[in-house]
Amino acid sequence: MDPAGEADITCDVLIAGGRIEAVGTGLDPGRAEVIDIDGAIVAPGFVDTHVHLREPGREDEETIASGSAAAVLGGYTAICAMPNTDPVCDNAAVAEKVAATGNFLGLTHVIPAGSLTHGLEGEHLAAIGEMATCNARVRLFTDDGHGVQDARLLRRAMEYLKGFGAICAEHCDDESLSDGGHMHEGEYSSRLGLRGQPAEAEELALARDIVLARMTGVRFHALHVSTAGSVEIIRRAKAEGLPVTAEATPHHLTLTDACLVDYDTNFKVNPPLRSPHDVEVLRAGLADGTIDNIATDHAPHAAQEKEAEFEAAPPGLIGLETALGVIMGELVEGGLLTLGDMVRRMSTTPARILGLEGQGGPVVPGAWANLVVFDPGARWTVDPGKFASRSRNCPWAGKELVGRVLLTVFQGRVVGRDGHVFTGAPVGILAS
Amino acid sequence: MVKHLLSIDQLSPSQIELVLKTADSFREVGTRTIKKVPILRGRTVCNLFFESSTRTRISFELAAKRLSADVINFTGDARSSLAKGESFKDTAQTLQAMGVDAIVVRHSSAGAPHRLSRWVEASVINAGDGAHEHPTQALLDLYSIREHFPSFDGLRVGIVGDILHSRVARSGVAALTKMGSQVTLVGPPTLIPPAIEGWGAEVSYDLEGVLPKLDVVYLLRVQKERQNEQLVPTLREYATFWGLDRRRVELMKPEAIIMHPGPMNRGVEIAADVADLERSIIIDQVTNGVAVRMSLLYLMLGAADRAVEEVPVG
Repeated sequence: MDPAGEADITCDVLIAGGRIEAVGTGLDPGRAEVIDIDGAIVAPGFVDTHVHLREPGREDEETIASGSAAAVLGGYTAICAMPNTDPVCDNAAVAEKVAATGNFLGLTHVIPAGSLTHGLEGEHLAAIGEMATCNARVRLFTDDGHGVQDARLLRRAMEYLKGFGAICAEHCDDESLSDGGHMHEGEYSSRLGLRGQPAEAEELALARDIVLARMTGVRFHALHVSTAGSVEIIRRAKAEGLPVTAEATPHHLTLTDACLVDYDTNFKVNPPLRSPHDVEVLRAGLADGTIDNIATDHAPHAAQEKEAEFEAAPPGLIGLETALGVIMGELVEGGLLTLGDMVRRMSTTPARILGLEGQGGPVVPGAWANLVVFDPGARWTVDPGKFASRSRNCPWAGKELVGRVLLTVFQGRVVGRDGHVFTGAPVGILAS
Repeated sequence: MVKHLLSIDQLSPSQIELVLKTADSFREVGTRTIKKVPILRGRTVCNLFFESSTRTRISFELAAKRLSADVINFTGDARSSLAKGESFKDTAQTLQAMGVDAIVVRHSSAGAPHRLSRWVEASVINAGDGAHEHPTQALLDLYSIREHFPSFDGLRVGIVGDILHSRVARSGVAALTKMGSQVTLVGPPTLIPPAIEGWGAEVSYDLEGVLPKLDVVYLLRVQKERQNEQLVPTLREYATFWGLDRRRVELMKPEAIIMHPGPMNRGVEIAADVADLERSIIIDQVTNGVAVRMSLLYLMLGAADRAVEEVPVG
């Protein structure tokens, strides 16, 4: 499966020295280990534009190591870590620490995203230039968790980012409209007596952001798009030729606000699960390319924080280890996407959005061997107890998914195989 | 009967009828000199109240005591339990470990009884959760309506006021429509919840237009603490358009009754003299509340699905 290169073929892949040496039939392995994956699919490793690794600050919920291991089990060879850590990734020191820890682990490519504003407070610009030019080479900037509410500040951020060729990514939410909401505003919020977040709160912020992106010319990426109206706004922006991309999550593509009828806090996310109509339009947008890529918004939370009153529980769910199974089961088996479409939306396109070299294919000699091997027909039941993630806030617990990762290859090394992560043995001591 | 009562949705019309019919016997117990029956002797009921409430807690406490159950009251502050100290789950499991048979829970957070029911073995009874539901209020309201009308079928009930934040309205609409009544929700558009087509109720912004058609006028308490949410300009203006005063009572059918879950804001949703009219059954609602809660506790804890004839009230 090589969505970026040649037609899909049945063949062998020879890997040596971290790179793909040859692709073809009847290759001579020489002294290389031979792994028989007959019947499985080899594709460029998945790339996630949106994860929360919680380090530094909340290592009880996730660490760069546990999050990287979860990525490996999910078939991801690159993950973009959101900056809402403690301290916030609003300066080069934190960005370099996150990137260096990821490199040291050598499980997956950990790419830190920087915040747009200092401390995510929405008041002053973060040290964007320093982050963009430090060793971590931060490319994507966002205040994810919140949108930048102040239009003047966002305009300045966008203009400034342009000078460094960086991407402005927004969690689109007009908080004056969604303030205090715990779920999608609609039939179910009214029934359940929970304060709602109207779809319009996302759409107003997205429309404003696109207007400002047009004004400033910045590369703009809409995070976790969830409403029918948002899909339409992005479609129009693209038709206009603006440099705009958008992601959607497996949960927004497959679950609705009806999931909240029992007040199960594992279904509480932000943006919230929307109506069936929103899901339908979002799926159509993913199929026709209006939505560019699938991102998990993997958001680990401690059990004691989720095991609380619904209104007191923090929003977020973990998705790295279930993304393939959810997308394969619901969208590929459901006939919305071909396997090739799926790989493009989970690998090739997000790699291009993040400007990553050696990720997203093509699977050709000379390229870095960042690959996922999966069995597209395997059915398995989700047991969060077996997750590599430190958290368990998974809404698919006990559900049967389709499509399972068999191998994850990162820079030529098998880092994951049949549910096991090979942490390797980093030999060097992390340089200061 | 159900193991937990979290929402009116859980009860079938025949189960509701059983609760009401059983309550008749307990209503009689409340008129005796010795208002106690030994049905739940040795059982323990905990009133777990995270939100201040006087009437509902006392009503449940009296109901359990008149059935000879042991009653413990736990009054906590939801905010302090969320921010610090013991978590909601730990509180629940602590009570469970002490062997309570039923937990009557009041909480400012919608869904708290649902959460609780996952963590404990005891029966959970929702005594009001945020803006979600207040099922025992709906049952006592049905009981009170039944004292004045032969059937719920086709009865026209108007629920007036802050529907958006009202758990009484949510349970009331569900219970009344289930029993065949026609409900009209009345109030300013800002106090009507979004997307309620599925509730099976009509909506009107015009109280005076609706009043002549109603058999029951059910007024909701205006929550003064909502004032700063810009839902209505002033309480004065609310009273002008949606308050029930003597002039508007004249528009009602002669046999129509006035209800209110209490506590009332006299002069806002209901004029002081209207509250004291003969057709206002607000005090009966309170009396019936004890009987209906006795009925429910008995059916949930004591009797499984035994018919009312077997209730040993002698």
